[in-house]
Order: sequence, then structure tokens, then C-alpha cells
Amino acid sequence: VTAEPAAPARFEPPIGVEAGAFWEATRDRRLLVQWCTACDRGVFYPRVFCPHCGGGSDALEWRTASGRASVYAAGVEHRPEAVGAKFSAGQPYCVALVDLEEGVRMLTNVIGCPPEEVHSGMAVRVTWEPLSDGRQLPLFEPAEAGS
Amino acid sequence: VADDVSPTGELNRFGRELEVAVVLDALADAGLSLADVDGVCHPESAVGFAEYLGVHPTFLESTMTGGSSYEVHVEHAAAAIASGVCDVVVSVYAATPRSDRTQGRHREWRRPAGPNPMAEWDLPYGLRTPMGPYALAAARHMHEFGTTSEQLAQIAVSTREWAAMNPRARYRDPITIDDVLASPLQVSPLHLLDCCLVTDGAGAFVMTSAERARTLRKPPVFVLGAATCSDHLVIGQMPDLTTTPGAVSGPRAFEMAGLAPADVDVLMGYDSFTITALLHLEDLGFCKKGEGGPFAADGHLGPGGSLDMNTNGGGLSFTHPGTYGMFLITEATRQLRGECGERQVAGANVAVAHGSGIFLSVMSTAVLGTEATL
Repeated sequence: VTAEPAAPARFEPPIGVEAGAFWEATRDRRLLVQWCTACDRGVFYPRVFCPHCGGGSDALEWRTASGRASVYAAGVEHRPEAVGAKFSAGQPYCVALVDLEEGVRMLTNVIGCPPEEVHSGMAVRVTWEPLSDGRQLPLFEPAEAGS
Repeated sequence: VADDVSPTGELNRFGRELEVAVVLDALADAGLSLADVDGVCHPESAVGFAEYLGVHPTFLESTMTGGSSYEVHVEHAAAAIASGVCDVVVSVYAATPRSDRTQGRHREWRRPAGPNPMAEWDLPYGLRTPMGPYALAAARHMHEFGTTSEQLAQIAVSTREWAAMNPRARYRDPITIDDVLASPLQVSPLHLLDCCLVTDGAGAFVMTSAERARTLRKPPVFVLGAATCSDHLVIGQMPDLTTTPGAVSGPRAFEMAGLAPADVDVLMGYDSFTITALLHLEDLGFCKKGEGGPFAADGHLGPGGSLDMNTNGGGLSFTHPGTYGMFLITEATRQLRGECGERQVAGANVAVAHGSGIFLSVMSTAVLGTEATL
């Protein structure tokens, strides 16, 4: 009898054709943001062209984000079992949209504090959780924690 | 126009990259740019492709009829442009079955859309759909405007009062604000009674010309105005979580009808969640942006209030099989025909059916009226 591999605690993200560099950098815990050099704006989620100005792929580059962000909106999932999410060990967890310093908005979990304490305008910074294939998933935590 | 093919039978790009390339080439061929585009045709998801392009179209077309899809898009786009729905439409097709096989490309990527952005950027974080995105919208509305859970709860309470007069409603017993607040939190700040039902349900409608409708069995209901707008697919791409694309579709539909919110006798506003209905009130102009909470709390929405909303009991208390928009139309039509019995709105001549699609992503507004409104 061979042991079944443990099911991942999270749904592990597929790698979109535009996002290979993003996910590769997460192996070194670097948060990349796609940047349009034509209109000087960040692009998220990653694309093959700039949706702000129509600039082509030659105008796009990857920049390392500071990891600092502000919570735009936050909610607390009170029924993890309804989502099949095991990463919170059955406890309520925070799902939030955060605005990176670079001007792009991404969905994430804010960890490191009680989930109901996360609120719009809260300063957060990136932290990482390993995925099964060596990539790391960017999460966020209160900016004042630890350091 | 533009196309991309090769004598080798294989292209060196695929998926969104290929789709975007031919769209940009076709626009350049016409001397136009993406900024001119207000109509998007895509055989899988016009909503998803519009989001990728970063455009906010008022015409979305995803009719899929196999190989003839693109001729259908010509027909529908021509009708849309002729009637002022939109001005510049793009239709796209890209498929790479040969190189998918030779390159051993991941099965999921063979579809032009590639991986769904939701799978890559949302699902790892345990975002529960549909309520997760709506909870975030509610949280942001609370942050910006001081909206409270009690105010949202009042929408569920008022809607239940209507359901009490609908013998076919799933739930008819009165509820209180405290009942809503005491119901289990789902994704905070939304409680169970802030959320629509899960029921079975079916509906259908028939449309014909005004001339023919007048000869038929029931009093006709006329489409006075209609408009649609989309500004995102996944919640992280919504430009402003407190303003839906209903702020575009609503005014456009009213303008086409030559009417204003004050003329509306019955508002059927898709209430997937209490926050959804609140956003409709603001975006359609029944109250100012940010004032939906006090408006609901002041008791405008129940029977006897100033705005008769969701008179069938809505998605919150009547029925909600998944995509409830059909029932907005059946109830609006019956109200305009005077067929609603105890819950009939006296003298109803104008009704609005305002549908909300996906995650506040696509709003479509239909202004309907009786013969007296013509």
C-alpha cells in the first residue's frame, strides 16, 4: 500500500502563459509586477499587452515590487469547509483586495492577525507560503507585525 | 480586418496573445484604436475578453453557433450599431489546434482564453463564489460611506414583506433586522439572510413586434429602453467596488426610454445579495451614490413605500436558481398587466428589469411600459 500524497491545503494556481516570470520569481520570494514603460503604469493580472494604453509586449517589463500594500476591501470567510479551503485549519480567514504601492490591485489573504481586524486602508506587507511545486504564494500580513 | 496564418500550418503564438494581436491589427487597419471600442464579440466569453483588453463595452456578444458564429456576430453587431447600442465592435477568433498538438501544450491552454484568471489569481485564496466578491463590495461600501449591516438587513426585511404576498415564494414568514444579523455569517459582512436562495426555477418570455403583440391574447408590454455595460469579469479587475456598470447601463436605458427613475412604478433589481440591490438603487439613480443605506433604512422599499422594489419577493425570498434575471422580466411583465393579485402595484405603467451578471460584472437594464407609456 502506497501512501496517498497529502492533498494540497490550497487550490494551487495554474501558470498562465503571460505569468511565467511572476511565478518563477516567487521561488525566491520576489514579488514581480508587470510594468508598461510606454504609459508608466503597472499591469495586473499579467497580459501580453498593456490594457491601459494598448502598448505591445515590447513595452512591458517586470519590476520587483516593494511588497508594501494597502487593504482596499476585506471580508472574512466564515465557512472554510464550503470553499474546500484547508489552509486555515477550519478557522475563519480573511480574503482581501490589496493595492500594491506600484498601483496594481490583487486578491490575497491577510494573515498574522485576527481576520476580523483587517480593514480598508490597513497597511500590509507581503509574506509567503510554499506551494507543492516550489513556487510560493504571496500573502500579506500587517505591516507593523514582527519586523 | 486582420488575420494570421502560415504556410507551415503553425503559428508561433497562441491564446490571448494571438487574439490581441489580430484585434490590434484589425483596428490599425481601420485607423482605430482600443479606446474607440465599445462592442466586443468573442465566441467563448465577451466579458472575459473585454476585461483582458481593458475596455468597458456596451455591446457584448458571445453567441456560439460553431463555424457561423462570426457571421452571426456581423448580423448582431450591425443591428446594435444601427440602433445606437454601440459604435465600434471587434469580433475575434483564434485557435491553434495544430501547434497545440506538436508543442504538447497543456490541454487547458488550447482554449483561446488560456487559464481562467480566476483560477490563477483568485481561487488559491479561498475566495468563495458568488458571495466572496459581493462581501468585498459591501465591505468597501461600508468603509467609504458608513453603510451598516442593519441598513443592508432592511433590504432583506422589506423584500420578505413583498414575498409574504406571493403565494409562490419560497419564504413568506416575516423577518426582522435582528433575524438577519443573527443569521450565520457567510463571508462577512454578509449574513445568510443577506444572500439569495438556492431553488429550482424556470421561466421563458416571448417577444414580437408591437403591431403583432397588440393582436395577441394578453395586453402587450413594450420595451421602452434597454442598455448593457460590462467593466470586469473577476472582482480584482472591478475599477471601483462601490460603483457597478449599472451606472452606465441605467442612464442609457432611461435616456432611450425618455424616462427617469422618478417615472418608475416597479423596480425589479437583481438581488443576489442585499448589497447588490443597494448598489442598483444608487447606480440607477433612485438615490445618490453612498446614500443607498439610509434610503433602505428609511423604509422606502417595502409595500407602501415610495419605491416598489422586487415585488415578487426577489432572489432573497421568492426564488433563485442561479441566474435569476429571467424572473425580473416575468414579474415586471405581470405587474404591468395587472396580474399580481395582493401584491399588485396600483396603476403600474413603467417597470425596470435590471439584471446583474457574474460578480457585479455585467449590468443590463430594460425599461418596460404599458400601452399608456407610448
